[in-house]
Amino acid sequence: MIDSIIKIQSLSKVFGTGENAVTALENIDLDIGAGEIFGIIGLSGAGKSTLVRCINLLERPTSGSVLVDGADMTTLSERDLRKARQSIGMIFQGFNLLMQRTALDNICFPLELSGVGRKEARERARALLKLVGLEDREKAYPAQLSGGQKQRIAIARALSTNPKVLLCDEATSALDPTTTLAILDLLKELNQKLGVTVVVITHEMRVVEQICGRVAIIADSHIVESGNVSDVFRHPRTEAARQLITPRGATSSGTSTEAGKLYRITFDGTTTDQPIVANMVLACGEPVNIVYADTKIIQGRTHGHMILQLPKNPVTAGRMLAFLDGQNVTYAEEVAEK
Amino acid sequence: MTIADWLPVVGQGILETLYMTLVSTLFAYVLGLPLGLWLVVTAPDSIRPNAAVQHIVGGIVNALRSAPFLILLMALIPLTRLIVGTSIGSPAMIPPLVIAAFPFVARMVESSAKEVDRGVIEAATSMGASPLQVVCKVILPEAKPSLIIGAAIATTTILGYTAMAGVCGAGGLGAIAINYGYYRGQTGVMWAMMVLLVIIVQVFQEIGNWLARKCDRRIR
Repeated sequence: MIDSIIKIQSLSKVFGTGENAVTALENIDLDIGAGEIFGIIGLSGAGKSTLVRCINLLERPTSGSVLVDGADMTTLSERDLRKARQSIGMIFQGFNLLMQRTALDNICFPLELSGVGRKEARERARALLKLVGLEDREKAYPAQLSGGQKQRIAIARALSTNPKVLLCDEATSALDPTTTLAILDLLKELNQKLGVTVVVITHEMRVVEQICGRVAIIADSHIVESGNVSDVFRHPRTEAARQLITPRGATSSGTSTEAGKLYRITFDGTTTDQPIVANMVLACGEPVNIVYADTKIIQGRTHGHMILQLPKNPVTAGRMLAFLDGQNVTYAEEVAEK
Repeated sequence: MTIADWLPVVGQGILETLYMTLVSTLFAYVLGLPLGLWLVVTAPDSIRPNAAVQHIVGGIVNALRSAPFLILLMALIPLTRLIVGTSIGSPAMIPPLVIAAFPFVARMVESSAKEVDRGVIEAATSMGASPLQVVCKVILPEAKPSLIIGAAIATTTILGYTAMAGVCGAGGLGAIAINYGYYRGQTGVMWAMMVLLVIIVQVFQEIGNWLARKCDRRIR
């Protein structure tokens, strides 16, 4: 494996003492490689936000160690810890911009803290504004910006000190789906351009699918599964993982184009009442999304149609279409409504 | 006395009132601002939690705030003599006014500073800001509009105290109202001074509101 930049060893975090003690994290081991985009996913209350705060010691772990770029954060003096934090950027669900500063001055803020001169800080901030695509908004105050723009400014601010790590705490959870995609694309781009390691905390599967290479699933204060996103998602071994991947009551995301393509399948009475879709799923090993179905069985023959969302993976999707060909089912790609 | 006779008296009264109010407010902030910030940073879950400071400093502030101003004014006469050299006249009112006002100012500052979004403070901490940097570069600038409103309220409260101090040998509009209006039964003078005080309070409050609105970047 590549060199790890964050190494968490047997970390535990307990809030409170005695009878009121609440264990937020227990015996966490985690290795995050330099330059990767690593996802930490879990339901609310699982402990993922506490975990990310233990990386830059916004929360001090009760036990265990946190190595960032070789230095054990838990043993640093206060001064050294402040220094170390300057090489760990962080963005938040609520953006947390300084409301009384312009976009440009917000980006200058971490540089100001570390004693960089005003002129140099502004030059760097302008370059970052350009990088996040907001060079025309440098004089705007946060109150004048949209959620997506605020997060872009927050990202630029987090990157101003050239950190090696960018921690993202539910960074897209307050944004609409389109803006979420744009922000995720930006994070991916920055990861590739700057080589910054990105740690993404989220409760949303699609965020992990979209940008992460590896993922850890956290449930009830423990890491229950971790590995490559495709492996974990294809073969979830634990109930917690399954719940995250196929949440109960999930509705179709059929109109979103980042997921698999939609196909309309027509049953014109030439096929029998065999469970074609179920057989196809079993044969190809990946679930499909039934977006819409209206079929009737008349005298043992199926009539009607169904809209399926095939897996994103083109290979699996291709196999499914081949399967349908073999069953003499007619199908056509359905163009998603905008 | 004709209007022309009254003008210099009232003019001097206004100047004395403004002098006592503004100088006391200034010193009250010199003491109260750091104290209020100290209370904020030592609060539980803040950047430097300290239960001892909370209890001791908070206790002193509460004790001073519960002392009625007129009693405090008389009780502090020895201290006033020591500092100013006399216990009457407008300058002599400054020490008791400051001592009565700074705990109030500390609480005003504390409440304004507490309005600053915790997330923003957390963000600054995550960037490696020291507690002093958090106070100077985050809390104070972010709380500025609220601090200005607080200052306007503090100023008008101190203005009220200066009028009270008229009983104990202070100058100013309060003293005119008491000496001419109450002791000599010139009710008209009393009412006129009251109207003047109301106008001055309004002016301070409006200036405060206007400044706060003007510097607040959240409203657009």
